[in-house]
Amino acid sequence: MAKAVRNENAIGIRRRSRKTLMTGLLFTSPWIIGFFLFQLYPILASFYYSMTDYNLFTAPEWVGFGNYKKLFQDDKFYLSMYNTLYITVVGVVPHMAYALVMALLLNAKVKGQSLYRTIYFLPTLVPAVAGSLLWMWLLNSQYGLINMGLSAIGITGPNWLVDPDWTKPSLVLMGFWGTGTITVMYLAALQDVPKMFYEAAEIDGASKWRQFWTITFPSISPMTLFQLIMMLISSFQYFTEGLVFAEATQSTGGPENSLLFYSIYLYQQAFSFLNMGYASAMAWMLFLVVMFFTLLIFRTSARWVYYGGEK
Amino acid sequence: MSGPSTATGSLKTPGRKRSKAAKRIARSFGKHLVLCLAGVFFLGPFAYLLLTSVKSIDEIFAVPFVWWPKKFYWENYSNAVKAIPFLRYTLNTLFVSLMCVLGELIAAPLTAYGLARIPFKGRNVLFMVMMGTIMLPAQSTMVPLYVLYNKLNLVNTYWPLILPAFFGAAYYIFLLRQFFMGIPQEITESAKMDGASEFRIYWQMILPLSIPAVFTVGLLVFLNSWKDYQMPLIYLNDPIKWTLSVGLKAFIGEYNVEWGMLMAASALFAFPIIILYFFVQKVFIQGITMTGSK
Repeated sequence: MAKAVRNENAIGIRRRSRKTLMTGLLFTSPWIIGFFLFQLYPILASFYYSMTDYNLFTAPEWVGFGNYKKLFQDDKFYLSMYNTLYITVVGVVPHMAYALVMALLLNAKVKGQSLYRTIYFLPTLVPAVAGSLLWMWLLNSQYGLINMGLSAIGITGPNWLVDPDWTKPSLVLMGFWGTGTITVMYLAALQDVPKMFYEAAEIDGASKWRQFWTITFPSISPMTLFQLIMMLISSFQYFTEGLVFAEATQSTGGPENSLLFYSIYLYQQAFSFLNMGYASAMAWMLFLVVMFFTLLIFRTSARWVYYGGEK
Repeated sequence: MSGPSTATGSLKTPGRKRSKAAKRIARSFGKHLVLCLAGVFFLGPFAYLLLTSVKSIDEIFAVPFVWWPKKFYWENYSNAVKAIPFLRYTLNTLFVSLMCVLGELIAAPLTAYGLARIPFKGRNVLFMVMMGTIMLPAQSTMVPLYVLYNKLNLVNTYWPLILPAFFGAAYYIFLLRQFFMGIPQEITESAKMDGASEFRIYWQMILPLSIPAVFTVGLLVFLNSWKDYQMPLIYLNDPIKWTLSVGLKAFIGEYNVEWGMLMAASALFAFPIIILYFFVQKVFIQGITMTGSK
């Protein structure tokens, strides 16, 4: 008798967990279908295409690793990868550091905090094409505000958009303008740090500098990790701003291809030259590089990211 | 600065107190100076944009520099609107953006609810896979998707820009999941006891409680779709179907010295969202801080 009841219970539990599974899958089905359709299928298909010569009009022709071999002999592949790494290495960390400093200043109970926050956030609302166009004008070597300001203090500003040594620093400079989202998110993270930590440190006589490194930085490290990875990924896909800045010299890659970023070169191969196979090989290389750096950051994160604020 | 002073503060001489107050004022002054300088850095370009947009070409290239135009040259705006089919592009962009918002707001909260509040088997694996797709660069799926849309005859239509939204994007699902997880289980427990279906709980309890988060996600989707350049560039060949981003970019090459007109066009492109932002700022920032702080 008791056994039968237990059995019935077990069946009931199993039935319930099956029902839960069905409901769960039903709720998540939009994303699951989308995943197969827009992510899994394309990434696998892209691997197939990367092994072929394909121009959209005739059937794909199998070439094995031919595209990858060509890739490693392509100067523009290396150049575009270098440009992309440059904008990532020189851009991401300074932008984050700047956003953090602004968030720290804002967090210290200043008057007009929300006004400042709004001001810092506004540029992030500007579409990349419009923002880049505006900065092209600001960086105009003769009539731009920046070089005029520099000449007022006796410095002859560089030819930002035409000198190949200055095109990428121009983009990094513009990037500071768009750091408002990170500032807002950092500010939110800072406001979550328990006040009592600081009170305790104050009693122990820890300096502000020490408080930052022993309390603040560890407490917000999950946010730093999140931002770092998101920025890294978007930096590897750097596209629009580079393409608009290249207009200053009426080209696709900018002066001496100094603005030929990886995504731009990939776009060019795919949609200007219709080398779909070659572009797919490029896409796979990008995928691997992004994966490599993301995993690298995750692996090192155990050393500097603290969860839960317990540590 | 120094901790122990709090204990002995009352014993200090008035002179030291005053110097401490002075120090505090100096520090606060320094802070505001930095904040203001940063403010100039963030706002200055906007001012320059607006000023240039109402200058005639003579004043733009005048030496010495003209700060304030003698007469506002509004023709830049009317010229910009005439030079490209501005209204048409605005409507195209608006259509695409609103459809993306609609799609995302149907799919993302539903999926997020499943991930946050239905403890089904394999949920964690699903969540991990989903977070993994955030790392997938758009470029790695671009070519096969283009080939697919090309075969379906959907290139040069808005479908490729809109359709993915109806299946939810990982980032928005993640933000909503974080929010849904934060709603205490007790709230829905009694409804569950009464035999309410998960969908009813989702629709009648969780969604109404999550309006700020859903609103924020909707706004983020709108913004990102409004600004997007790469997708419309790839899929829309017919100039009449272009969105503002593609239209404006094409415009740059053609009119590359008419900075007044270009700035007027940029202003017309950027300011609607900025105005929109001012109306919804409070809910928006609230949403970002709530969803982003986890």
